[in-house]
Amino acid sequence: MTATLGARPAPGRGRARARHRLAVLGFMAPAIIGFAIFFVYPLIATVIFSFTKYDLINAPEFNGLANYEFMFKDPLLTKAIGNTLWFVVVLTIARTVFALGVASVIARLKSGVGLIRTLCYLPSLAPPVAATLVFFMVMRPNGGPLDSVLGWFGIDSPLWFADPAWSRPGITAIMLWISGDLMIIILAAILDVPQEQYEAAELDGAGPIRRWWHVTLPTISPVLLFGIVNSVILALQLFTQAVVAGSAASGAADATGSTKYLGFPDNSTLTFPVYLYTQGFRYFDMGYAAAMATVLFIISFAVTIVLVQRMRKNSTAEEGGPGA
Amino acid sequence: MTATLTKPPVDVPAEPEQPRRKMNVGAVLNWVATHALGLALGLMFATPVVFVFLTAVMSDDQAFTADLWPREWHWENFVEVFDKAPLFQYLVNSLTYSLLATAGMLISSIPAAYALAKLKWRGRNIAFILVIGAMMLPPQVVAVPLYDTWSSLGLTGSLVPLIAPYFLFDAFSIFLLRQFMLTIPQSYVDAARVDGCSEFQALVRIIVPMAKPGIAATALFCFLFTWNDYFGPLLYTGEVKEQWTLSLALATFKGMHIVQWNSSMAVTFLTMIPAVILFVFAQKSFVKGITFTGVKG
Repeated sequence: MTATLGARPAPGRGRARARHRLAVLGFMAPAIIGFAIFFVYPLIATVIFSFTKYDLINAPEFNGLANYEFMFKDPLLTKAIGNTLWFVVVLTIARTVFALGVASVIARLKSGVGLIRTLCYLPSLAPPVAATLVFFMVMRPNGGPLDSVLGWFGIDSPLWFADPAWSRPGITAIMLWISGDLMIIILAAILDVPQEQYEAAELDGAGPIRRWWHVTLPTISPVLLFGIVNSVILALQLFTQAVVAGSAASGAADATGSTKYLGFPDNSTLTFPVYLYTQGFRYFDMGYAAAMATVLFIISFAVTIVLVQRMRKNSTAEEGGPGA
Repeated sequence: MTATLTKPPVDVPAEPEQPRRKMNVGAVLNWVATHALGLALGLMFATPVVFVFLTAVMSDDQAFTADLWPREWHWENFVEVFDKAPLFQYLVNSLTYSLLATAGMLISSIPAAYALAKLKWRGRNIAFILVIGAMMLPPQVVAVPLYDTWSSLGLTGSLVPLIAPYFLFDAFSIFLLRQFMLTIPQSYVDAARVDGCSEFQALVRIIVPMAKPGIAATALFCFLFTWNDYFGPLLYTGEVKEQWTLSLALATFKGMHIVQWNSSMAVTFLTMIPAVILFVFAQKSFVKGITFTGVKG
């Protein structure tokens, strides 16, 4: 029953190996073709386009480093980079801390766990467009539900998505509401912490808070690192919530026809991907969009390397354990 | 190592009798405080949707006011929105995109995940890293040349550019399926080979039946991802209203001539229902799938 490959008769080996190779190739063929068409080709083409002037109608025209030079003179790009950096810092910290906090509370519950876990997780399944509109309605000034509730406490509601100072915090609130997937991941990690470690800490006289700090946190730190990297990627890609919040708040009649709402209010929601989209697919300045895409590629590549290295460390640690 | 979320955490307190004797006021207060906090969190997550629902059933006039509770319950709002915008068409488009993409993903990703998880070959690790790289890449990075290509093929303005890639390569699904398949002991595959199964038979007869929960979770995520997608439909179908998906149409509800809060919230509420239904029927798959993306690997 437990015979291994090595137990095979020698004569069949060469043929078996050829068949094995063919099987691998056959299984991987769609993926290899798809990867070539949808990643390798467009990545190379993006870099080439970035050295051209191209409007989708006339043939691309080589213009050297002009697109990259223009980046340094483009105040809107500076604004977009600033906005995206804001999200990378604020959203990453807020999302990781928030998900960790909620997961820590759920992990301590003794009854009603299923219900509360479901309530916390479900919003993350909502379409991002719907989630954004939910918050746009709830947070609307002058008579919105949040405005009314804040009113009971005598607090004036900010204008949220209509105020350049509050639009990004508003989007951050949406992102926290839909951070249930990260909560579930952290919760699973907390519940996986060996019970003996808590008992040992308890014997040493550690209270619940010190047990959380000295046992839970260090044990789940790989998952927290995953959460941080995952949030950074999310922040770098932030597009839907920014576009939808901007268009809803600006009162634009049609979100596909005009550009005036992109970044509304006062370009405060103009993230890097939103600006890339605007230049490439609204102004059809494909060359400049490709240059921005190249920059975004380099940044996300660097972030991915961090993640891959963590996973490699993890998998080598796993292989040392039973059943690699 | 495997996430133990499915294990009811109620098991955790070891001996039920001893602590009861020791139970003091502090412990009771602690219990109450923790559970009050948990309940508050649950309510905090649920409240926004409750407000959306309450607004959706208000009358046109009341929806403009600061009222939180509807004076009359206008259930017909959920039906009338179908007259105000071609929602049925958008629903058909969304289903076309999500169902075909999920079907294509299953055809292309299961074999690839099997090759990455259970077959040994040179370059396997590099291939897996490339899958992760593709998964992390913002879709905007590759959008310019892809749009250019689809446009020269005359296929922009249709759902084809959205669906076609899934029949070849979907990085996230390959990643998730591979993680699931890694948990199936290698000895099953080896035993199948010894019994004379080809690799294809081993995949179909041994791995696929054993990986069913993982396949279900991956299909769910793929369906929801495409259902929720906004950038793809905006890019390729933004100009052609007849091809809009629900998500895209919802983002432009003012363009859909739905300016009233009650109508727009009714549509918003309706688009959130499929996810809830899927979750109710497949809660375990979801939770398992989610933990696999983070804990394992």
